Amino acid sequence: MTAPQRVSYRMESTLDSVNKAEEMADKVAAQAGIDEDTRSGVSMAVREAMINAVLHGNNYDPAKRVNLTLEQNGKELIVTITDEGRGFVPEEVPDPLAPENLLKESGRGIFLMRAFMDEVRFRKLNPGTEIILIKRLQSSDLGRQEAST
Amino acid sequence: MSMKASTRQVDGITIVDLSGRITLGEGSVVLRDTIKDLLSKGQKKILLNLGDVSYIDSSGIGELVSAFTSVRNQGGELKLLNLTKKVHDLLQITKLYTVFDVKDDEAAAIAAFSR
Repeated sequence: MTAPQRVSYRMESTLDSVNKAEEMADKVAAQAGIDEDTRSGVSMAVREAMINAVLHGNNYDPAKRVNLTLEQNGKELIVTITDEGRGFVPEEVPDPLAPENLLKESGRGIFLMRAFMDEVRFRKLNPGTEIILIKRLQSSDLGRQEAST
Repeated sequence: MSMKASTRQVDGITIVDLSGRITLGEGSVVLRDTIKDLLSKGQKKILLNLGDVSYIDSSGIGELVSAFTSVRNQGGELKLLNLTKKVHDLLQITKLYTVFDVKDDEAAAIAAFSR
């Protein structure tokens, strides 16, 4: 099994940060032994959480930063993203699968995070929001870790 | 990789061949501008070929929905062609697969447009 790993970044509220976070998540997930299909969902969840932070949280404000932490402890891949925005109430986000919302242009980000991760948690900060995304590693993932070491 | 869109006409249908990623930023803008341009020229029967689209995020999904409703609101038709597995799965879980008319054969897709 590869050694536990934890990396943190303080990033600008830009689209470039969203793209970089997505790439880094894919890399850490690969190192954790997660297969390509599952990894693609994980990096999409991270992308959506970053879009939430950069766009809806910090509103692209150059004075505000996004913190990204990627961590794998041999059992789980844990991604933590915080912004400095006004915050929101996740329960108030409309269900994008409801018939009346199906043709809405936005509002699917949190749904996609939940679809691809095992656990998604939100915590209100002062100011801002923290999103924690967790993907539990399967025994096959751990096998791939061993094969790659 | 950014997104590229090129258009061609077959039997009165405008086929838009898209390649790359339809994501927040450039990818979504390219799709939005392409649809806007086609509608302004009166081209309302549109087949979006997504065969070379490797990735779509929530913003890209929103853009596809927007394209679909814009075309429909102008009395036109928009269909999707050649979804990759990733895009297919994404439309399935967001329950949009049955909203869009999805085809996997170009000739059959063209024939399916109302005349």
